[in-house]
Amino acid sequence: MKKFVAMLMAVLMVLSMAACGGSSAPAATEAPAAADAAPAATEAPAAEGAAPALKIGLTGPMTGPASAYGLAVRGGMEIAVAEINAKGGLQIEFKSEDDEADGSDKAVSAYNSLKDWGMQIMAGPVTTGSSLAIAAETVNDQIFMLTPSASATDVAMTGSNVFQMCFTDPNQGASAAELMKQKWADATIGVIYDSSDAYSAGIVDGFLTKASELGLNVAVDNAAFTADNKADLSTQVTQCKDAGCDLVFLPFYYTEAAQVLTYANTVGYAPTFFGCDGMDGILTVEGFDAKLAEGLVLMTPFDANATDDATVAFVEQFKANNGGLVPNQFAADGYDVIYALYNACVAAGVDGSTPAADVCAALQEQFASLSVDGLTGKGMTWDANGMISKAPAAMVVTDGVYVPVA
Amino acid sequence: MKKILNNKTTRTNLLTYLVVIVAFAVMQAMNSAGMLGSSMKGFLVPICVYISLAVSLNLLVGICGELSLGHAGFMGIGAFSGVIIAALLKDVVANDFLRLLLAMVCGGVFAGVVGFLIGVPVLRLRGDYLAIVTLAFGEIMKNIIGNLYAGTDSEGFHMAISTSKMKLAAGGKYIVSGPLGATGIQKLATFTMGFLLVLFTLFIVQNLINSKEGRAIRAVRDNRIAAESVGINVTAFRMKAFVVSAFLAGMAGALFGLNYSSVTASKFNFNTSINILVFVVLGGMGNILGSVISATVLYVLPEAMRGLQDYRMILYAIVLILVMLFTWSPKVKEFMSVIADKVSGVFKKKEAGTNE
Repeated sequence: MKKFVAMLMAVLMVLSMAACGGSSAPAATEAPAAADAAPAATEAPAAEGAAPALKIGLTGPMTGPASAYGLAVRGGMEIAVAEINAKGGLQIEFKSEDDEADGSDKAVSAYNSLKDWGMQIMAGPVTTGSSLAIAAETVNDQIFMLTPSASATDVAMTGSNVFQMCFTDPNQGASAAELMKQKWADATIGVIYDSSDAYSAGIVDGFLTKASELGLNVAVDNAAFTADNKADLSTQVTQCKDAGCDLVFLPFYYTEAAQVLTYANTVGYAPTFFGCDGMDGILTVEGFDAKLAEGLVLMTPFDANATDDATVAFVEQFKANNGGLVPNQFAADGYDVIYALYNACVAAGVDGSTPAADVCAALQEQFASLSVDGLTGKGMTWDANGMISKAPAAMVVTDGVYVPVA
Repeated sequence: MKKILNNKTTRTNLLTYLVVIVAFAVMQAMNSAGMLGSSMKGFLVPICVYISLAVSLNLLVGICGELSLGHAGFMGIGAFSGVIIAALLKDVVANDFLRLLLAMVCGGVFAGVVGFLIGVPVLRLRGDYLAIVTLAFGEIMKNIIGNLYAGTDSEGFHMAISTSKMKLAAGGKYIVSGPLGATGIQKLATFTMGFLLVLFTLFIVQNLINSKEGRAIRAVRDNRIAAESVGINVTAFRMKAFVVSAFLAGMAGALFGLNYSSVTASKFNFNTSINILVFVVLGGMGNILGSVISATVLYVLPEAMRGLQDYRMILYAIVLILVMLFTWSPKVKEFMSVIADKVSGVFKKKEAGTNE
C-alpha cells in the first residue's frame, strides 16, 4: 500500500508541475523563472496607451542532438530583443518553440502553436529540414519569414515571403572552390562530407560543380559518412591520406571536424584543412586540443574575437547569459535577424497591432531595398528570391584566433 | 441483434468503431464551428496516421507475438512512394481525393511487397533475432531513402541512388532529393481521409483477428509447437500478419507524407519505430481500442506540454514511466476489475430486466 501511495504522490507531483508550466505558458518569455539565464528584459513593458508589442516567433531544436544550434540562435535573439526593448520605441515580444529539428509534423506543430500565440513574424526555423516544412505554411498564412541559419536553396525558393540570413549551401561551396583556385591552385583536394545532411551535401554539390569548372584537382570526392556512422571518421581521413591529398575540404559541423583533426594528428597527416561556416565553434569543443586547429582555414561570416564594439558587447552579453559560453555564428545570425526585422519594421511603420499579412507585405517591400550592418557582415542586402548577399570572409586559425586569410 | 451484442468480442469491436466515429464527429463539428486553434487542427491528420500505425503494429506485436522494431521503415516506404506517385499523377488524375487514395494504395502495396521480401528471410527467425533484424531493416530503409533522388523532366521519370548518377534535363523538377528529402509536396491529406484510413485499418485488423486465420495466428503466438502439431503452417500465418501490418503502415505513411510540404528520411528512424511501439505497449498488447486511445493521448501529450519549454521531453519520459508502472500495479488492476465487474453487473441486470 505504501508503494501505491508513493506512486500516487509522484503522479500528483508531475501533474502539478505540468499545471504550473501550463499556466505560465502564455507568458513564457515574460517569466524570468523560465529557469535558464534568459535576460528578464525580454519582457515587453506595455506602457499605457502605447502600441502593443510586435510578436516575433522562433522554432528550432531546443532539445535533442541538434539543440546546440537552436539554443545558440535563441540566445542571440534574446540579446537583440532585450537591447531593442531597452531603447523604448517599438517593443518586441519574443517566443521560441522546440521543433526537435524535425522536417514534418513536429516542426509544423511548433509553428502552429506560435500561430495560436499570435505570431506576426517568423524569425526561424534554425534547421533546413524544419524550414522546408514551415516555409510552405508561412506562404499559405502570409507570415513573413527570415531564417537565421537554414541554408538550402529550396528554402528561399519556397515563396516570395521567405528570406535567409545565411549563405545558401551551393553558393558557399562555390566560394570555397574559388578561394582554393586563388590560394591553392595546385593542391590535390580531398572532400569528406556527411551524405545524410542536407547542409553538407548541398555545399559539396556546389563545390564539385565549381571545382570542375575551375579545373581544380579533386582526388577524393566520395569520402562520405552519415549521421549514423560518424562516431569514427578514420576511414575517410585515411582515404584522403592514401590519395595524397594536401588540402582536405570539411564542409560539416565542428563536432565531427574535431574528430577528423584529432585522428589526422595521431596518424601524422597534416594537410591544409578547409571548413565552412559550420566549422565556427571548433576552438571551443570540449576535450579538443585547440592547437590541432592551427592553420585551419574556414569561411565564416562571424568572428567572436573581433574587436569592433558591437561584437565585443554581444560576446560579453552572450557569455554572461549562457554561463561563459562563447557565441558561434548561429548566435550572431540570430542577433542579426532580429535587428534586420526591427529595422525593416521601423522603416515600414508596422507594430503589434498590424495584422500578420500586412506585416508580411510591408516587410517584403522593405527587404527589397534594405541594407543592414550586423555582426555577420556589413551592408547586407537581399535579392528578389530572398537570398542574402554579403561578403564571404575566409579566416585562418593562427595562435588560437581567427585571422583573415592573406 | 441482442445475440450479437452478447458476444464480448463483437461488443468490444463495435465500441472501438463507435469511439472513433464519435471522436471524428465531435472534431468535425468543432472544426466547422471554428472552435479549433491552428495547433489542434494540425494534430488531426497525424493522430489518424499514428492510430493506424499503432493498430497495425499491434496486429504484429500483440496478436502475432512478434516484436518488430522497424515499423517506421514501412511507414517511410509508404510515405516516399506515395509522395512520388502523387506527384507523377498530378496531371493525370485531376481529383485530389482520388489521387490521395491512389497514392495511399500504392504506398501500401509498395510497403507490403517489401514486407513480403523482408519476411521471407526474417520470419525464419524468432523472438529477439526478429527484433534485431527488423531494427536493421528500418535503418537500411532510412539510409536508402536518404540517398534517393527522383525527379521528372521532358524525358519522363528518373530515379537514382546518388546525385552524380542523377542528371535531369533543363527544366526538370526534383521530387525527392537525397538528404533534403521530398520537398514541395502538394498537401493532399485531409482529416476525412485520415478518419477513413483509421476505419479501414480497424476493419481489416479486427476482422482478421476474429477470423479463422486470426485464431491460427494467435495459436502460433501462444504455442508454436502445438500449433504446428495441428497442421497450422506457422510461417505462412506469420507472413500474413507481417505483410498486412506492413501494408497498413505503408498506407498510413503515404497519408503522413502528403500532409506536409516536406518530409525527410531521417523522420523514419529508430525513434519513430520505438514511439509507435510505445503506443502499442501502453495501450495494451492485443488491445485495439487501447492502441487507438494511447496513440491519441501520447501524440498530443508532448505538444500539450509545450508550456514547460525545455523540460517537456524529460517530463514526457517521466509520465511514460509512471503510466507504465501505474497501469501494471496490482492494486490498480484490482481496482479496475472491481469497477469493470460493477459496470457489467449493472449491464447484465438491465438486460435481465428487459428480457422479462
